[in-house]
Amino acid sequence: MKQIITGKAYVLGDDIDTDQIIPAEHLVYSLSDPEEKKNYGKFALSGVPKIEAGLPEGNKLFVHEGKFESEYTIIIGGKNFGCGSSREHAPACLKIAGIQAIIAKSYARIFYRNSVDGGFFIPFETLDKLLNSIRTGDTLKIDLEAGTLTNNSSGQTLKLQPLGEVAEIVKAGNIFEYARKTGMI
Amino acid sequence: MGLTITEKILAAHAGKDKVTPGETIWVDVDVLMTHDVCGPGTISIFKEQFGKNAKVFDPEKVVIIPDHYIFTSDKHANRNIDILREFVSEQNLPYYYDVGTENYKGVCHIALAQEGHNRPGEVLFGTDSHTCTSGAFGMFSTGIGNTDAAFILGTGKLWVKVPETMQFEFTGKFPDYIMAKDIILQVIGDIGVDGATYRTMEWAGDAIMNFSMEERMTLCNMAIEAGGKNAVIEADEVTLKYVNKRTNKPYKTYNSDQDANYFFKKTYNASTMEPVVAKPHSPDNKALVRECSDIKIDRSYIGSCTGGKYNDFLAAANILYGKKVAVNTFIVPATTEVFKDLECKTLNGKTLLNIFKEAGCEIGDASCAACLGGPKDTFGRTHGTEVVVSTTNRNFPGRMGSKQSEVYLASPYTAAASALTGRITDPREMLN
Repeated sequence: MKQIITGKAYVLGDDIDTDQIIPAEHLVYSLSDPEEKKNYGKFALSGVPKIEAGLPEGNKLFVHEGKFESEYTIIIGGKNFGCGSSREHAPACLKIAGIQAIIAKSYARIFYRNSVDGGFFIPFETLDKLLNSIRTGDTLKIDLEAGTLTNNSSGQTLKLQPLGEVAEIVKAGNIFEYARKTGMI
Repeated sequence: MGLTITEKILAAHAGKDKVTPGETIWVDVDVLMTHDVCGPGTISIFKEQFGKNAKVFDPEKVVIIPDHYIFTSDKHANRNIDILREFVSEQNLPYYYDVGTENYKGVCHIALAQEGHNRPGEVLFGTDSHTCTSGAFGMFSTGIGNTDAAFILGTGKLWVKVPETMQFEFTGKFPDYIMAKDIILQVIGDIGVDGATYRTMEWAGDAIMNFSMEERMTLCNMAIEAGGKNAVIEADEVTLKYVNKRTNKPYKTYNSDQDANYFFKKTYNASTMEPVVAKPHSPDNKALVRECSDIKIDRSYIGSCTGGKYNDFLAAANILYGKKVAVNTFIVPATTEVFKDLECKTLNGKTLLNIFKEAGCEIGDASCAACLGGPKDTFGRTHGTEVVVSTTNRNFPGRMGSKQSEVYLASPYTAAASALTGRITDPREMLN
């Protein structure tokens, strides 16, 4: 597991649901075929209304026309990120688009579980919403050991919430690795 | 200190006498359900992790119900059904409801109930967020992703964080024009789309226990729209009558103790409830139907696990009988059993199907259809700026297809009344 994650921020609002993350019409592609699954990167976050795409200005494409990966690698969300359906295609599409971490005020339960158990990325939480302190395009640094987030563009550093009961699964990599480590399978 | 139904079921499945909210436990799984959208991904993770020749933990406990993208020419969607077929045959799975056969059912949550897979006291996981529907049978049920489902396929177990319970009690009697859909929209509006996150929504009170199993399913179905982990209603005679007709398997019923610990309790007076809608673009954007009477609609949609059961269509037929719809109106039975009921059961001498046809409705085949948009050729899907009143469960941007369309979630009574006038209409205007 990487101890330092750096990248450009893509900022979203509250209650970003799984249909905005990956619209249902795209749920038909294989997640195991290396070529076919690139489509999930292509359509990641394509359901977000334009004015809310990449705050505060909006109208910022997450993945450019003809591309399968995003120039942004860290998502900043508000409350209840990933609400709606149980589709694992949601964390999967973000990972395929190149996302390495999400930092939100809170998550919908199934999205959070899927992110951790599937080992797609770490869903970090913060006490306060970051919508006003981080702008899309800011350069961020997450220090896992220190549990901090630094906005290199503004110089501000803040604490991330502890991972709690999922920390061991995160450390192991995913639910299968955790189960192997603990002798369950 | 006593325990809630959910705590008792989870404790029994973790081999413990009691569990405490917040505690992480491993539970034994009674049923794993998957469908065409998440089944293929689940199968590929199962094989990758447990080996190409791995066998599922117990074929009797795996239920596969294709329902999402059935009547489409999308080649990827059709390929996904083939993947399910191949897996079912390789693993000899007895509970598979294949497309294009007499065995085909339609929407998984309703099919689970109708085919006897919902049994009080059991633990059921499904790769669909509306799996919480099954809680109507006094069982623990919740939605999971492909990875967790693959883990269950290989081990028969999953970790669960024991949820705190919120109890919503309705006392007295609901007015005749109120449906379970009005009640769940009211509660989601009160607590918000994350008001029950990580928690159980337990329904109680004489008004709730007077609901049919179908109405109870509607209540539990949308717990996820408040962020709920599961919903639950204790099993009573109504439950047992429904279940015993459909399964011979043994099961056990649980009730919450008088001194159980609740995170939150609220009591509503059932008689004061009014028809409500959730306005675009969130299920908690609540308004009274009578406050929205100036909103013009282009379409009415009656279908899905939430609003496509027999009782939902009976309610709609009561309003549409002998009248003509003013806007495009789509009727999509959740399952083939519901479709048969529309063909056979009558209201004032006419079959429900004929009532809908004579009213000018378009009838679709049993499946999830446009509830979640889906492939471009999906029946009832939005493609432009349609304003829709719908008996489905979500109205986030783009949920029914087009990001520009606007969806008002409503009861079947309200959806039918609005279909006749072309504006959002309180069913009381039609039922008097």
